[in-house]
Amino acid sequence: MANTDSAAAIKAVYVGMFILGAVTLIEVGISLYGKGHLGAAPTSTFMLGLVGFLLIALSLYKAYFIIFKFMHMGHEVRGLKLTVLLPVLLLVWAVIAFFHEGNSYKERRETIYERNELPADAKKQTGQLIKELPEIKKEH
Amino acid sequence: MATDSHVIDPHDHDTKGHGGHHELEEDWSGGKNVFDVSYGKLMMWYFLLSDAFTFAGFLIAYGSIRFSSPSWPVPDFVFQTAPFNNLGLGHEVPLPLIFVTFMSFLLIISSVTMVRAVQEGHKENKNGVVFWMFLTIIGGAGFLGCQAWEWSNLIGVEKMTVTTDPFGTHTTSGEYLDHDGNRSGETFEVGDSYLIHMIGASHGDDHGDGHAEVHYDKPGDFPGALVDEKGYIHKKFIADDGTRGYAEFGPIAFGSLFFFITGFHGFHVLSGVVFLIIIMLNAASGVYVDRKNGYEMVEKIGLYWHFVDLVWVFVFLVFYLL
Repeated sequence: MANTDSAAAIKAVYVGMFILGAVTLIEVGISLYGKGHLGAAPTSTFMLGLVGFLLIALSLYKAYFIIFKFMHMGHEVRGLKLTVLLPVLLLVWAVIAFFHEGNSYKERRETIYERNELPADAKKQTGQLIKELPEIKKEH
Repeated sequence: MATDSHVIDPHDHDTKGHGGHHELEEDWSGGKNVFDVSYGKLMMWYFLLSDAFTFAGFLIAYGSIRFSSPSWPVPDFVFQTAPFNNLGLGHEVPLPLIFVTFMSFLLIISSVTMVRAVQEGHKENKNGVVFWMFLTIIGGAGFLGCQAWEWSNLIGVEKMTVTTDPFGTHTTSGEYLDHDGNRSGETFEVGDSYLIHMIGASHGDDHGDGHAEVHYDKPGDFPGALVDEKGYIHKKFIADDGTRGYAEFGPIAFGSLFFFITGFHGFHVLSGVVFLIIIMLNAASGVYVDRKNGYEMVEKIGLYWHFVDLVWVFVFLVFYLL
């Protein structure tokens, strides 16, 4: 199981605390830089993308560190690792699909706003199935 | 661990060739734990996996709604306050993300003390387990206290609700009107954030746009602002292209997403603290001494506690950092 040399294991825990704390501080620094609190705010798409990429990468590193070092996933057998970690890969597609959907909705919403501004002509609209309501005969 | 003497190292399968397959069948013949962990620990892993999907569902909903919104409140504007009059610096000094970084450190440190408790458990050191679990509980309770302050500040002072987001973002650059309807000289740029104040509210933090609530005491359409029925003061402005407008609310979903997701995480912290207390008391009373399984209950609650820290990594990322 875990490291039998207990002094080394205890030291590793405090090293882990230092790593997680340092990564968190770096993340906050990058985030504040990206929002313009440390010097001029970056404006280029590349720098903003880099800020976002670094934040996500460092968070994933923290997640890896917590799971494999603190939760000792590194010491579990392969079958346990796979049954817990592989299903998480489903989320990769969920993230891609839903974020794409959200983005697409934003773009379509802007189109809808624009079309609402156009002068409407009901007779010329296409895709309108019901042009006039049929008259209902009242029999009693 | 609870396995018997015939423990198979899974890495042997790769080196032993055909022999590995034979041993794999033996693994499943019953009477031993295939994954070399107890049933309870394995099920804790699977519970955490399912919980990860719940949180992922919430966070992905947050992401897709944020992607679908034309603007979004800037985190370091929304979360720039801290207790004790901004740590004694006064409310005119913004402290973006400082308080929530402190909250993150609390969770990291309590995770570390939890690992220490598990290590002492492996050594069957009862006093060590109780001591380190006690420190973990202090850390968890401290986090909950910080979150309580954060929530009460957002709800009570800044008037954010589940359906109202007073944190807006300018989509044009322009100049605010003063309370007589004239140009006030107070300008803003595209993308600048603002907090919509409320009638009679004593905003300790003025968020850089003056104390608008001084001039208004009832709903109505005034020269300098539109005050809605709930009492939110939407300051009027003239955009650079000459059009007039007033400060509108931010995206309606922001409040509900924030309160539900951080609330769901906070509820996990709360239940974690409760279970930590129960297991610490059990450990102190010597319940786990006779089991001679290296304080496995401490290990299980440890897994849960690290998971709470793990979720916070992502809540911190999407709500505060990005």
